Amino acid sequence: MKGILGRKLGMTQVFTPDGTAVSVTVVQAGPCVVLQKKEMEQDGYEAVQLGFEDKKEHRANQPEIGHAKKANTKPKRLIREIRGMNPADYELGQEIKADLFKEGEKVDVTATSKGKGFAGSIKRHNQARGLMSHGSRYHRGPGSLGAVDPARVFKGQTLPGRMGGKRVTIQNLEIIKVDADRNLLLIKGAIPGPKNGYVMVRSAVKSK
Amino acid sequence: MKPIIREVTKDQLRKDIPDFRPGDTVRVHVKVVEGQRERIQVFEGVVLARRGTGISETFTVRKVSYNVGVERIFPLHSPRIAKIEVVRRGKVRRAKLYYLRKLRGKAARIKEAHR
Repeated sequence: MKGILGRKLGMTQVFTPDGTAVSVTVVQAGPCVVLQKKEMEQDGYEAVQLGFEDKKEHRANQPEIGHAKKANTKPKRLIREIRGMNPADYELGQEIKADLFKEGEKVDVTATSKGKGFAGSIKRHNQARGLMSHGSRYHRGPGSLGAVDPARVFKGQTLPGRMGGKRVTIQNLEIIKVDADRNLLLIKGAIPGPKNGYVMVRSAVKSK
Repeated sequence: MKPIIREVTKDQLRKDIPDFRPGDTVRVHVKVVEGQRERIQVFEGVVLARRGTGISETFTVRKVSYNVGVERIFPLHSPRIAKIEVVRRGKVRRAKLYYLRKLRGKAARIKEAHR
């Protein structure tokens, strides 16, 4: 397992040698700094804590500055622990860059999805809508909420509500290209979140 | 679009593409793979439209083959395109010539431009 933090920059396409155009998302991956190592003896689990993007020192509080100082760096905007990254392989303060990954590798990408606000059940749960005309008096409603007899609505009934703005992981995306100079990863397909949103790229857990 | 995204695709952009516009007649040399060997197929027709920017720009070519209209959309920067030749420059007043689909014969002619 390995992982890196980054920022989604946007989408474009690239051509493979045989001429197929592949849609890719460009991710600014790293440089990240190892801020802390979580060890089995002390913390009860193993993980590597990474920090991405410097924060201005006057915007950071004392604990943040102190925490970063242990790794000999500046306080970071985004700090995440990556479970399963072996802490023995990394040093405190070590810089992690996009070349951690290779072309053709499969990764899982985690990010916060775009918030959709209060969405109806058609958008939120992919329900079908009714006829808009021909005397139909049922348009975009949530439909039946179930039988009358239980005298209550069962849990899990798909209803309108807040949609998006949640942590979403997309699995098994292929890395099409690694640009080590600019610290960019070109990942096949779409990833969650808006442009300039923070993302976490980890090696795929279900890769064949 | 962020400049950095343009940078990523910069080395894939082709510089050998001639200047052509909708209304021009072009001859597109397409690489076709048949089993093991690769050969070049030519598709000649009128450019109906160009759309998109950067690496994702495409153009539509229409020809009438045995009385059947055939349109192909090519990615402009595709490595499958061996060569584009401009056969004739056309004078048109629109960027998208979709009205040509409804016309045939004499009505579907395009005046030559002396650009």
